[in-house]
Amino acid sequence: MKAARAQEMSGRDPGEPHSPAALEAVRLTKRYRGTWALRDCTLSVPAGRVVALVGPNGAGKSTLLHLVAGLIAPTRGGIRIFGEPVGQRAAALARVAFLAQDKPLYGGFTVAETLRFGRHLNPGWDDALARQRLAELDIPLNRKVGKLSGGQRAQLALTLAVAKRPDLLVMDEPLANLDPVARHDVMRSLMAAVAETGMTVVMSSHVVSDLTDACDWLVVLNGGHVQISGEVDELLAAHRMLTGPAELADGIAARIPVIGDSRSGRQAVLLARTGPGTPSHDPRWRVSGVSLEELVLAYLRHPDATVLPRPALTAT
Amino acid sequence: MIKFRLDPGSGVATYLQLVHQVKHALRLGELMPGDQLPTIKEVVGDLAINPNTVAKAYRELEREGLVAGRPGQGTFVQLSLRGGSTADHARFRRDLAQWVRACRAAGLGQGDMEALFASVLADSSQQEIA
Repeated sequence: MKAARAQEMSGRDPGEPHSPAALEAVRLTKRYRGTWALRDCTLSVPAGRVVALVGPNGAGKSTLLHLVAGLIAPTRGGIRIFGEPVGQRAAALARVAFLAQDKPLYGGFTVAETLRFGRHLNPGWDDALARQRLAELDIPLNRKVGKLSGGQRAQLALTLAVAKRPDLLVMDEPLANLDPVARHDVMRSLMAAVAETGMTVVMSSHVVSDLTDACDWLVVLNGGHVQISGEVDELLAAHRMLTGPAELADGIAARIPVIGDSRSGRQAVLLARTGPGTPSHDPRWRVSGVSLEELVLAYLRHPDATVLPRPALTAT
Repeated sequence: MIKFRLDPGSGVATYLQLVHQVKHALRLGELMPGDQLPTIKEVVGDLAINPNTVAKAYRELEREGLVAGRPGQGTFVQLSLRGGSTADHARFRRDLAQWVRACRAAGLGQGDMEALFASVLADSSQQEIA
């Protein structure tokens, strides 16, 4: 608690150069029988980030999250959490909480019994934190889990994960099957928990708009490969939407990387990585910023384009 | 205490929206020196945004000397962006209202008045520089 408050005052400054990455994968590969779920994934995420893991169905998101949580072993390559290799070691696993997509809870348990269960299973369990969260959320302790609403079940599952006091919280599609109000409520309480604890969060979703303001790091998986890994603000600053005459579009594409290209008649709309060739002063081109959703869609439609800054130096 | 709201369609970065809203409140006197800004946890628990975004906005305000963090307490307003005294503000407001009425009577629309005011303001700062 004290450390959290100190962070609050000094302003959180994630990504200190000397602290180990929260998550580091080197050539991580997972094959199920004949199919490659993940292939040579290399990425590094600084501590204190809230990471959006996005990609189409079957891109390898769940596989990556299960590898991070130590629930499955890689076919090849390695993964480290805060500098420690993920394996069967209990010490490393105690730092990670994993929230599965189907949020497995026992419907016959009451909320209080569920907390007791969590306390017995987790050495670092923070019961006061769990009870405080549930009180704030107006979830009665004597209610049977099976009688809770979908939003309340999601909040209870999140509470169990947070009360473990993990340094890394991994969530597979935490917002799936929730209505818009419940999605916003879960996100609000997750962000408050992040502010309080400073934990790193990795969460997957295929709905980018759910994650836009909550996440400050983006990882895009496509076809088992890492297509983008980077800070959201930097990614948005490095891309522009260019609207102008279609006959000049090929000239632009020859000078700077164009990821999205849609043309209708005489007009072209290009999503481009900005660089020296960006026509910022050419009045024939209107230059505007891009949203995270536009950026993700353009890259997913263009699987050969990648943004992978600073390859990790620590090979294993 | 100020309450933030976000405009997702504005195209303005979220942390800048927070910075602008604090400055706006400082200009209007809704926030005065000594007032506390909401804690990062309060803001993110309300808006469902990343804590680092709020921290970045507060750092920016701190860098400009408008607010200061006090260890263990929170972030507090240091400076008002409102020039002149409250009495001066009331007087100038009256004068300006009179000017607006005169313009309306002469057939000027809102756009005309805004353009005129902006142009006089620009001329006056030009003269100060020269």
